[in-house]
Amino acid sequence: MIRDPKDLQRYDAGERANHWVVGIAFILLAISGLAFFHPAFFPLTQLLGGGTWARILHPYIGVFMAFFFVLLFLRFRKLNKMTDADREWLSRAKEMVDGNDHNMPEQGKYNGGQKMMFWWMTICMVVMTVSGIFMWKAQFTVPIDLARFGAVVHAAVGALMIALIMVHVYAAIWTKGTIRAMWYGTVTRAWAKQHHRAWYREMTGK
Amino acid sequence: MALQSLDIKQRSATTTPAPQARQTVEIAKLIDVSACIGCKACQVACMEWNDVRDEVGSCHGIYDNPVDLTENSWTVMRYAEVEEQGKLEWLIRKDGCMHCSDPGCLKACPAPGAIIQYANGIVDFHQENCIGCGYCVSGCPFNVPRISKKDSKAYKCTLCSDRVAVNQAPACAKACPTGAIQFGSKEDMKDYAEKRIADLKERGYEKAGLYDPAGVGGTHVMYVLHHADKPDLYSGLPVNPSISPMVALWKGATKPLAALALAGVALGSLFHYVMKGPNEVSKEIEKEVEKEDAQ
Repeated sequence: MIRDPKDLQRYDAGERANHWVVGIAFILLAISGLAFFHPAFFPLTQLLGGGTWARILHPYIGVFMAFFFVLLFLRFRKLNKMTDADREWLSRAKEMVDGNDHNMPEQGKYNGGQKMMFWWMTICMVVMTVSGIFMWKAQFTVPIDLARFGAVVHAAVGALMIALIMVHVYAAIWTKGTIRAMWYGTVTRAWAKQHHRAWYREMTGK
Repeated sequence: MALQSLDIKQRSATTTPAPQARQTVEIAKLIDVSACIGCKACQVACMEWNDVRDEVGSCHGIYDNPVDLTENSWTVMRYAEVEEQGKLEWLIRKDGCMHCSDPGCLKACPAPGAIIQYANGIVDFHQENCIGCGYCVSGCPFNVPRISKKDSKAYKCTLCSDRVAVNQAPACAKACPTGAIQFGSKEDMKDYAEKRIADLKERGYEKAGLYDPAGVGGTHVMYVLHHADKPDLYSGLPVNPSISPMVALWKGATKPLAALALAGVALGSLFHYVMKGPNEVSKEIEKEVEKEDAQ
């Protein structure tokens, strides 16, 4: 694909790699986690080499993801500070979902929805890590009621996290010209002007 | 199909009903605490029959040996010294799996067929299907399953399902020298317990009774207790055991709710795309950018 030299750089190579490392870990965790959660999904353990292997690997992949999520968090936390424009965007999110973005307030590099996703992911990641440790019988022994509490929380928040990631992925598919930002880092100027006008102006000086 | 006595009633992580046309008799083991002399013949018989050998531990200054259930000690005698009505009593309870009618371990287990409840009431672990997650430990209201340090599989008393299948009493019942461990149909065991309880009451234990807790649907290991009003005297036997509400929530409401929510988000996204169309860059803006380039 020939790319326009005037395309805007949205993510550098490090950011992209970090994102995909977390993404791959998430997919493996979701597959094995769903398998432990509901019998209907148990056959998914085959993708990790069977039930026992899935049980052995899941917590280590979790620790791996938590570590790389921290890096991702440090990279993007400043860009995800909520502003009044974000709050206004969120209050009118229904118009956006309806496919009518004409009256949406101007957005910087991230819109209010993306920022909410960032903070929700951060909360989920912390809760999943802590509750996961409570459930990790091979490594930790905690009071039994804490292990039980951890199990409920891990299951419920895990499902929430999978739902949020589905929204995250869908938003990228829905908004054409977005996924390339995570593949090779650039977006077209028109894309930026349409979806993140304040960031477009900041980048182009227009 | 397996032997009749091993017809399956429930299977872990299985959402469809087990074959249930044939009806078998529910069995039970009755442990008469008042007749137990604490000789540990049952512990030895259990090791012998099941070919398990625990590591030799160290003396903790009490009779309990080993001090707790392990993956190799599926039953242990627990000795409690208590004072009741100004008298010292030595209450010896043979601890192990209770074989609940509503087994918390089976409810919690995520591996299909790793935990089986037979139609006769025995709850058995099938280690070849066990993935070693330890959910059964969280599910059990009696703190019974143990995860092996060698193979990470869960182990506990099988109620000698292999012996019961060929009409033999469990090894512990066979070995008990005082008849404190009885084995038979659950009905017969209840009748036998009644006689023992009547006898104990005559001897001044007014609160004697049967331990067959309703909170777990009854059990297939029952105790005759001299102080049935205070089961916790017997080395912490739970007063009113039931599956923890957290385990019930985890393996109950959370499952359909989360599955529905995930299906809703997936289908919602698909139909959103189909009905609203993609969010593309408008032609207007594309032209604006082109115009800027031409300048």
